[in-house]
Amino acid sequence: MLGMLVLIARRLGQSALVLLVMSLLVFVGVFAIGDPLAILVSPDATPEEIARSARELGLQQPLWQQYLLFLQQALQGNLGRSFAHGEPAMALILERLPATLELAISATVIAIVLGIPLGLWAGLRPRSLSGQSIMAGSILGFSLPTFWVGLMLIMLFSVWLGWLPASGRGPVQSVLGLPLSLGSSEGWRHLLLPALNLALFKLALIIRLVRAGCIEALRQDYVRFARAKGLHPRRIIGVHVLKNLLLPLITVIGLEFGSVIAFSIVTETIFAWPGMGKLLIDSINVLDRPVIVAYLCIIVLLFTLINLLVDLLYVLLDPRLRPSTATPQRAGT
Amino acid sequence: MKTHRDLNQPWLKSGALLLPRFHCLSACLFSCLFCCLFACLHAFSLPVLAQDARDAREGRDDARSTLRIGMAADITSVDPHLSNISPNNQIGWHVFEALTHVDDNARLVPGLASSWRAVDPRTWEFKLRANVKFHDGTTLVAKDVLASIERARKLANGQFAGFTRTIIAAEAPDALTVRLRTAAPYATLPHDLNSIFIIPARLMNASSEDFNAGRAMIGSGPWRFERYARGDRVELSRFDGHRDAARDAARDAARPSSWNKLVFRVLSNDPARSAALLAGDVDIIEQVPPADLEKFNKNNNLTLSRKTSWRTIFLQLDHSRERSPHITDRKGGAIANPLRDVRVRSAISKAINRAAIAARVMEGAAVPAAALVSPQIFGHPPAKDLSPETFDADGARKLLAEAGYPEGFNLTLHAPNNRYVNDDQVAQAVAQMLTRIGIITKVEVMPANVYFTRARNGEFSVAMLGWGSFSADLALRSLLMTPSAEKGLGTWNWGGYANPRLDQLIERSLSTTEEAKREALAREAMLLAMRDHAAIALHHQISTWAMKSGLKLQPRTDEYTLAGSLSLQRP
Repeated sequence: MLGMLVLIARRLGQSALVLLVMSLLVFVGVFAIGDPLAILVSPDATPEEIARSARELGLQQPLWQQYLLFLQQALQGNLGRSFAHGEPAMALILERLPATLELAISATVIAIVLGIPLGLWAGLRPRSLSGQSIMAGSILGFSLPTFWVGLMLIMLFSVWLGWLPASGRGPVQSVLGLPLSLGSSEGWRHLLLPALNLALFKLALIIRLVRAGCIEALRQDYVRFARAKGLHPRRIIGVHVLKNLLLPLITVIGLEFGSVIAFSIVTETIFAWPGMGKLLIDSINVLDRPVIVAYLCIIVLLFTLINLLVDLLYVLLDPRLRPSTATPQRAGT
Repeated sequence: MKTHRDLNQPWLKSGALLLPRFHCLSACLFSCLFCCLFACLHAFSLPVLAQDARDAREGRDDARSTLRIGMAADITSVDPHLSNISPNNQIGWHVFEALTHVDDNARLVPGLASSWRAVDPRTWEFKLRANVKFHDGTTLVAKDVLASIERARKLANGQFAGFTRTIIAAEAPDALTVRLRTAAPYATLPHDLNSIFIIPARLMNASSEDFNAGRAMIGSGPWRFERYARGDRVELSRFDGHRDAARDAARDAARPSSWNKLVFRVLSNDPARSAALLAGDVDIIEQVPPADLEKFNKNNNLTLSRKTSWRTIFLQLDHSRERSPHITDRKGGAIANPLRDVRVRSAISKAINRAAIAARVMEGAAVPAAALVSPQIFGHPPAKDLSPETFDADGARKLLAEAGYPEGFNLTLHAPNNRYVNDDQVAQAVAQMLTRIGIITKVEVMPANVYFTRARNGEFSVAMLGWGSFSADLALRSLLMTPSAEKGLGTWNWGGYANPRLDQLIERSLSTTEEAKREALAREAMLLAMRDHAAIALHHQISTWAMKSGLKLQPRTDEYTLAGSLSLQRP
């Protein structure tokens, strides 16, 4: 258990360092793009009005002072006030986070629930028509651009067939304090298309991973022995083969989940889904530095958290990886 | 045992794929899929089936009682005094009112003030309407107006402070009279006050959070605030205490155009906005993407509505520098700034085929411009005095030669690529036209957040800008008056155009309180600036809305989509 704690501590230390470097880069980066004031103040502003705005936003100080002030406030949990929205940046992002999480989790669930059985099927019957169709379909998942598939989904299911709404998020209920739209059928109807669109790439990825892993595992000795022992195929596949497939799969799903949360921007834009990705792009467009910094901080934390979770899951799944007190870490993913 | 047989399949013997077969199959699948999708694309031109189906499901009545508007840009806050951007203002115009309003052509009409007059050149007096109710039931009085002006002036990072800049004293002689004093005679105060939404005095110290959460969203407008879901929607419900509602009710008890609910959906992605309309998710969308215009036009279930916008696109020129950073001679050597010669400026203007840009690059969604404000705007010179420059490449070459540039020169034109409709393509077209007369023009485009910082710093030689203004004199004050930082004049005149006669005309126009005299002066000023080619006007954008047929829109030149401008046509 001590080893586990060391692992967690190391991870948190690493992410603190990443946060520091990243916030510095964003500060300098936004400064290099342009002057937030040139966009924020009204075009007719006099120098006094511009100076007043600069004072109110803390932009009149030299950059290093602004950065130090930011660090000082960040340590107290205050990531600054959005220039454009006039509200705390953190609150803005947390308000949007549930929508993005909802989308990302649904997409991941769709990818897993469809991906593993399809991948297994294709792996068990690599030369059958069905197996090859699955593989051909997965190529589409890789190669078609998300925004185009999204538009086609809208065209087909919303405009042509009229089954599902074209965009937006359904009515929101409070579930355990989180505003979620999963509580009503209307919410699901809104979620289905964007989640499917977001799931497509990962679905293809999982199918290919599972299939490759399956073909590989079926040739291993332990499967032969299991069959020789007369074990039921359901048990061979469901327990022995699948369990060995899970390790690489979890790594990929974990990484993909992180990037889905961070960069679901394309899907969110096409489906007018009020998530965090849209907030980031809008903020970059108006150089809303506090929001950009806060957003990236949250994303770094999320990635760290997910990686940690993946590591812990490894240990749970694979006894060989359980850290003994002598060799306390297995940090790589 | 079937499963056993399955397990005995060739995966033990060979895991390899039969590649040729595999490719055949995927090719088949690809082609099937593309056929399907091609059919889907054609759904655009098919009658909108989904919409009818949904109407039937929801019942006609329900569809009538809620109006859903698809907006093209995101609402950053519903605080009426924070950000002066059109999506925020559009919500504001439903929930709040201002002392003065503007009509479809941006001409002033009474708002909360039923009348106003200049008591003396430095004092404006506004008479408020009696018995105007706020949504909380209180009645509008003069001190609400004073508090709103004060909040706009003081709000941290508020973008409306500039509209209160000239007011040095405000008083309320009685409950329905407001007197505002300015340091110098100032004719456009009624225009400026069009931008200050009136809130109850008790909310003077409310924060932006209070407004965004709805606690402070109390106005006197025709719609009551219900909900703001950031990045997604704003929901409003009808306020029966508004004078329009009372008037409508008196005219016709069952007037179909009085919706009970209003939903603004943020659909900033162009194809998504179009799809939402086609799918029947919204009833009307603004800023129809130019590429969809033709398809929508052919669709019997949709109606289009167009109006020349007040947004005018033009080129600003570097007038002040001896040498301009992006201009060289044909061999790349430094030369004196040719843009300071009016003949060169005139040549540039003549070289541009505005009709072609409007028809081709803008796909018909623009009209050639003669001035820096649209023709319907206060102070645009009448057509007999000023019309769009006719395309004349030969004349342009002749002028260039006369000015001492028979060979032409090299120029870089700067433009944003995500701010105005087809902005980068317009820049490319202009560059080709200039190159044709010998001004070899390169184009450099960049995102708006980079572009405007650099433009304000005067880093460009020729730069594209778009501007929407209530009046010609106001536009000229920002764009072409000799820059004076202290007075807030010429704030966007980065090119440093300085013409004492123009300054004097604008100053006189802005301080003339008599409407007709002021318009004459404003026209004279615009005429003077355009004859000197101080800036090169390109085109006025045409805003387009698309809506379900059966809806009728009275389109506005200021591009706002107001529920009050919409009505249901009787079948």
